[in-house]
Amino acid sequence: MKCEDVSKGLIAYLDQRASSAERRDMEEHLAGCAACRTRVEDFGRVRSMLNELPAIEPSFGFDARVRQRVAAEPRRSWFGWFAPQARFALSAALLVALAVWVVRLPSSRPVAMPPVPITASNVSTDQDFDAVKDLGVLEDYDVVTNMDALSQLVPAKAPEAQKPNSNRSESND
Amino acid sequence: MARSDVQLMLDVKAGDEASFDFLLQKYRSPLVNFLNRMVRDTATAEDLAQEVFLRVYKARKQYTPSAKFTTWLFRIATNLALNSVRDNRHQRMGISLDAPAAGEDSPPMELPAREMRIDEHMIERDRADIIRRAIWSLPEKQRAAVLLHKYEEMDYIEIARILDCSEGALKSLLFRAYETLRVQLAPLVTQPAGQVRGGGGEGRPS
Repeated sequence: MKCEDVSKGLIAYLDQRASSAERRDMEEHLAGCAACRTRVEDFGRVRSMLNELPAIEPSFGFDARVRQRVAAEPRRSWFGWFAPQARFALSAALLVALAVWVVRLPSSRPVAMPPVPITASNVSTDQDFDAVKDLGVLEDYDVVTNMDALSQLVPAKAPEAQKPNSNRSESND
Repeated sequence: MARSDVQLMLDVKAGDEASFDFLLQKYRSPLVNFLNRMVRDTATAEDLAQEVFLRVYKARKQYTPSAKFTTWLFRIATNLALNSVRDNRHQRMGISLDAPAAGEDSPPMELPAREMRIDEHMIERDRADIIRRAIWSLPEKQRAAVLLHKYEEMDYIEIARILDCSEGALKSLLFRAYETLRVQLAPLVTQPAGQVRGGGGEGRPS
């Protein structure tokens, strides 16, 4: 062992936590090195000197202040019992469920429509009508102006709705 | 049979407030002393110790006994202390040279610790004060290592975890810290207690 190696093992040696082999190496080196022997003795004195430092006691109101701060902590709601990841997942799931629910809100769509032969023209017209009818907040000018024509497509007059193109062209004029 | 700290903390997690009080009673004094020796101010040390207990309480629901309770407790304390010391250092560095001089009542601004020779202050200060100042003169991480090693009697692995370093790095840190203390306390090392006044001031070569 060299003097520079002493720094790696001296603390464990003084703490009596060095292995028997490390201890033997250290003692062999110390036996032949006066400088390191002095250092070991000084370290021992320093460590015992640190015991002279008096301990302090926490002030009288310390415990009360800790309890006061703890009591001021807001108690967790049931939601707070979840781990942060679970809270995020639950929030996301609730958001998706809410979005789905809003999209599928009960519309004013008639429950029972009389059977109408499906053609390319009346399908597109009915879809247009339903789309406009479901958007209650839409106040687009075109919709308002086309409302008369669209109102002719109500279920009671469904058979006549087979000629939507002519109605639309009339209203657009 | 006495419950372990981990069991107490698990009981706190389960909602037992009395177990938290038990931990408070057990660690209030070690924490305040450790923090006082770290930050050099009793009032700040008490504030930080309160903060440590509050953080322990707030984290109770997430507590998992992956390490010793004291490792967790003193890791919180050490981080708070290091932040406080660094904040205060920045504040001191921010003091303007044009600021009004300190009055009689206010404590004088201290010189940087590494430039302060203990033997220059021996006449005015008692032995404990010299030791206290020698500890304060250590860099923060070395200071924390010595305090946890000497006063809390923690093992190397625990201190290394608290300071977030390897066991080898910790032993090296401790060696440098005790070497600095040896130099700082040289006048006391060479003389037994009670013979401080008028003692020689020869520091040992490092």
